[in-house]
Amino acid sequence: MSLADLTIAEAAKGLRRGAFGARELVDAVLERAAKTEAELHAYLTIDHEGAREAAARADEELASGVDRGPLHGIPVALKDNLCTEGLETTCASQILAGYHPPYDATAVRKLREAGAVPVGKTNLDEFAMGSSTENSAYGPTRNPWDTDRVPGGSSGGSAAAVAAGSALGALGSDTGGSIRQPAALCGLVGMKPTYGLVSRYGLVAFASSLDQIGPITRTVEDAILLLEAIAGHDPADATSWAGDLPDFRSELGRGVEGLRIGIVEELSGDGYEPAVSAAVDAMVSSLEAEGARVQEVSLPTFDVALSAYYLIAPAEASANLARFDGVRYGLRVPGATTEEMMARTRAEGFGPEVIRRILLGTYALSAGYYDAFYGQAHRVRTLITRDFARAYEQVDVLVSPTSPTVAFPVGARTEDPLAMYLSDICTIPSNLAGHPAISIPIGLDPAGLPIGFQVMAPALSEPLLFRVAAEVERLARFDARPEVVTP
Amino acid sequence: MTWEPVIGIEVHVELRTDSKMFCGCAVSFGEEPNVNVCPVCLGLPGSLPVPNRRAIEWITEIGLALNCQISPVSVFHRKNYFYADLPKNYQISQYDVPVAHDGWLEITVDGETRRIGIERAHMEEDTGKSIHLGGGGRIHSAEATLLDFNRAGVPLVEVVSRPDLRSAVEARVYAQELRALVAELGVSDARLEEGSIRFDANVSVRRRGTDEFGTKVEIKNMNSFRSLERAIDFEIRRQVDVLDGGGELVQETRHWDEEAGVTRGMRTKEGSSDYRYFTEPDLVPMVIDEAWQAEIRAAMPELPADRRARYLSLGVDPQTAGALVGAPPAFRRLFDEAVDAGADAKAAANWITGELVAWARREEVDPAEVAVTGAGLAELVAMVAAAELSASAAKDVLDGMARGEGSAREVAERRDLLQITDRGALEAVVDEVLAEHPDAVERYRSGEAKVVGFLVGQVMRASGGKADPRVVNELIRSKLDET
Amino acid sequence: MPIDIDISHVARLARLALDDEQLERYRRQLGVILEHAARVQALDTEGVEPTGHPLGFTNAFRDDQVRPSLERDVVLAEAPDHRDGYFVVPPALEGP
Repeated sequence: MSLADLTIAEAAKGLRRGAFGARELVDAVLERAAKTEAELHAYLTIDHEGAREAAARADEELASGVDRGPLHGIPVALKDNLCTEGLETTCASQILAGYHPPYDATAVRKLREAGAVPVGKTNLDEFAMGSSTENSAYGPTRNPWDTDRVPGGSSGGSAAAVAAGSALGALGSDTGGSIRQPAALCGLVGMKPTYGLVSRYGLVAFASSLDQIGPITRTVEDAILLLEAIAGHDPADATSWAGDLPDFRSELGRGVEGLRIGIVEELSGDGYEPAVSAAVDAMVSSLEAEGARVQEVSLPTFDVALSAYYLIAPAEASANLARFDGVRYGLRVPGATTEEMMARTRAEGFGPEVIRRILLGTYALSAGYYDAFYGQAHRVRTLITRDFARAYEQVDVLVSPTSPTVAFPVGARTEDPLAMYLSDICTIPSNLAGHPAISIPIGLDPAGLPIGFQVMAPALSEPLLFRVAAEVERLARFDARPEVVTP
Repeated sequence: MTWEPVIGIEVHVELRTDSKMFCGCAVSFGEEPNVNVCPVCLGLPGSLPVPNRRAIEWITEIGLALNCQISPVSVFHRKNYFYADLPKNYQISQYDVPVAHDGWLEITVDGETRRIGIERAHMEEDTGKSIHLGGGGRIHSAEATLLDFNRAGVPLVEVVSRPDLRSAVEARVYAQELRALVAELGVSDARLEEGSIRFDANVSVRRRGTDEFGTKVEIKNMNSFRSLERAIDFEIRRQVDVLDGGGELVQETRHWDEEAGVTRGMRTKEGSSDYRYFTEPDLVPMVIDEAWQAEIRAAMPELPADRRARYLSLGVDPQTAGALVGAPPAFRRLFDEAVDAGADAKAAANWITGELVAWARREEVDPAEVAVTGAGLAELVAMVAAAELSASAAKDVLDGMARGEGSAREVAERRDLLQITDRGALEAVVDEVLAEHPDAVERYRSGEAKVVGFLVGQVMRASGGKADPRVVNELIRSKLDET
Repeated sequence: MPIDIDISHVARLARLALDDEQLERYRRQLGVILEHAARVQALDTEGVEPTGHPLGFTNAFRDDQVRPSLERDVVLAEAPDHRDGYFVVPPALEGP
């Protein structure tokens, strides 16, 4: 087994035992990338030199007794919508080709301070808009479990990298499921924290009121390790939580006995693949066998969550992406006037999905339509949050599939935006409410494709979420690895 | 005239905070281009705004000074439009819940005082600056545009009046009052020439006696109070001419051309002003509760309106009170000190706003450097009241005091300016004058009473101007009448 | 309910130079998506306030303190065009 296949926790132990150095670890990861990248295209940029330097520094520090904690010397991948000082950051868009940010995103800075070794920048759907990582201006990422299939998205590059072993863990961003869905489709743990728990400073905004940065890892323990490093108040993000952070480990190991678990009625039925439903049902039964009290819970507004999301997110995006205009950075397509230059730059620099969402959002906000579309969507968002609150009076956590389907073939949904949007139907409600949610791999379908199980909890209930997730992980005993990894 | 002008003014005030509205870049004027910029104010990908607490306190001060309601919960919105000097292509501004709303400002024109309604005062960020190259600075024929983002993100307060103004003069006075107010609060440099305070006018006309509004035209680009007044005057006449000629007005934005003295329509695309406002998701609501408001209020300086009322209550006449309200701070302090030292307020105010202001201007001395003290001014006022100094001698004394030559009495003595009130001393001079002018004495006796004035003048001259004219007058009359 | 979309107007607001064929394609796609999205209109939201921050806090401010700005060379290094310390763009057609 290669060092590249270790979990973060295992690698941290090995580094401290002196079994190997950070330099060897990063070399193993870079070697894996060299083998897999041609086929997977998980990365847009691999920072060989930077990664080796950081690893060498970690070795020196650890040797001299400076221990920055469990991430010290751990190779991680960063989604390419996280700003990295001096390292190209494109958001998988032509409009940012060659763009080198002058600063690190807060989450990136915190990872560096924790001694982590950034390997490179991972592929995504352009500006995180998509569910398959096919909307990348630089070509799609493939699923390590089946390279004819998508890895999910938009953090598909991060998920593929971790699944393939070209990183031990990764950061993604989740606006409507963009961490959890690719994690599910790649057999990984993917977690979206409570909105405000992780600073968004330096995350190139898609939909500001929904975006959160979170971990994609092989285990729940690794997800906690990454989250511990990046969570916390940031004075540079006015929406970041300034109160006390919960101790993410405080409930670990307590099991699920007596815990009230709600199955979301609305997230099942037609459109859910039988293998997915069966795996989820089996996990629920296992939890019940462990003493959990399981009941069905109805959250009727979930039926319109997708609709609300596809008004709110594009509306915010239409403003967030207005700054890409060819004036101060990024692509410029010449024009005789400022207006023409901007309009051409944007039309040529953005891909079709981004343009579609900008148009959609602009329309939803425009005079005469605001109240019926954007305004109404925002009020519906409040109703969805109320539905959650009512559900949490009856149960402690909610569970569902993470995605209605397993990884789908490349190209299967690219011509049908609405079908693509339906990939996020289970994950979107947590974003709208700002609640934490996590996807844990629970098995493979008959074709050998991973299935994810989603756990949702109230705001700031990460300790509870991790407690349940750890139980799910233990019960699932999911230890399969994609073929690309097995020798 | 059958047409009544209806005018509203929008004022943009740049706050002189140390740092910008949403980032830590310095607020400073006249620097090299693009030196005070950072990821936030340049709109770099991933950056986020964090509001400046002091700017919020200062807009609250402005709101309170304008007698506004302060919204207990206030939110920022994004105002979306594309323009090269707007880094994010949206401006963080406020829409339906501004920090302050529904206030008023009093203006006095031709002795008549009116309350002009304030619709709102809201917080926003300034844009960068565009320099249009070529084409003589005209936008349309420029060859390129240079952009400097030093100003981008400077805190900007927009104060919108109700359409309560009825003439260009009123509009100008309103603008001046508002400028004086923000300068007084110390929250803005409020310099028109540097653009730290900017005025736009909304002008329409309607038939006198009707209530509905006519077609509104917005005028921009007025860089002085004079051009504000001229532009509005021109625009009123233009609109009346169009309507009298049977034409129709279009709702539009017009630029004031200072040289030509006309307003000109700007090229705009139809429907381009759909700003698609929505709540700024990068910011959380602001709660300016009673306790915070009270803190802010306590830190505010005395405002012009309050100060005027205080002066009036001390017996200062309205015109002088107005002048004193606008006098340099050092002179207003002098007034307060003089009154504290027992001076008659009305007289002290007259001396300050009349003689002392003129003296400082004439001598080109900074008011803060003028050496007159409150006690000194009180003494001077008392000496004049006691006829120890004539009005003209007192001016000389004040000159000496202002130069730091000592107290009123010391200066009066040193310059030999004390008035002679001693009857004995004056009697001899009077006798002398009467003896020198027998013809005048004769004319008086034949009933020409006004010749007394001539004789008083002669005595004054003989005394070197120091004789108390009242005493002299009395002495002359009694002497002429007794024989 | 078929949704009426003035797609050229929307594209103009969004500063996107799209040709007629593109406009027509996006108009059709938006129509489908908006028809689905219009399902939000079926819910009664009378008296419902729009959602704010999920953690419901207010008053996140910074102190009025100056912090270092970026070096101008760093700023202009990313600019498509610059001259004498300024960013340069083609002439503007309209006022803001």
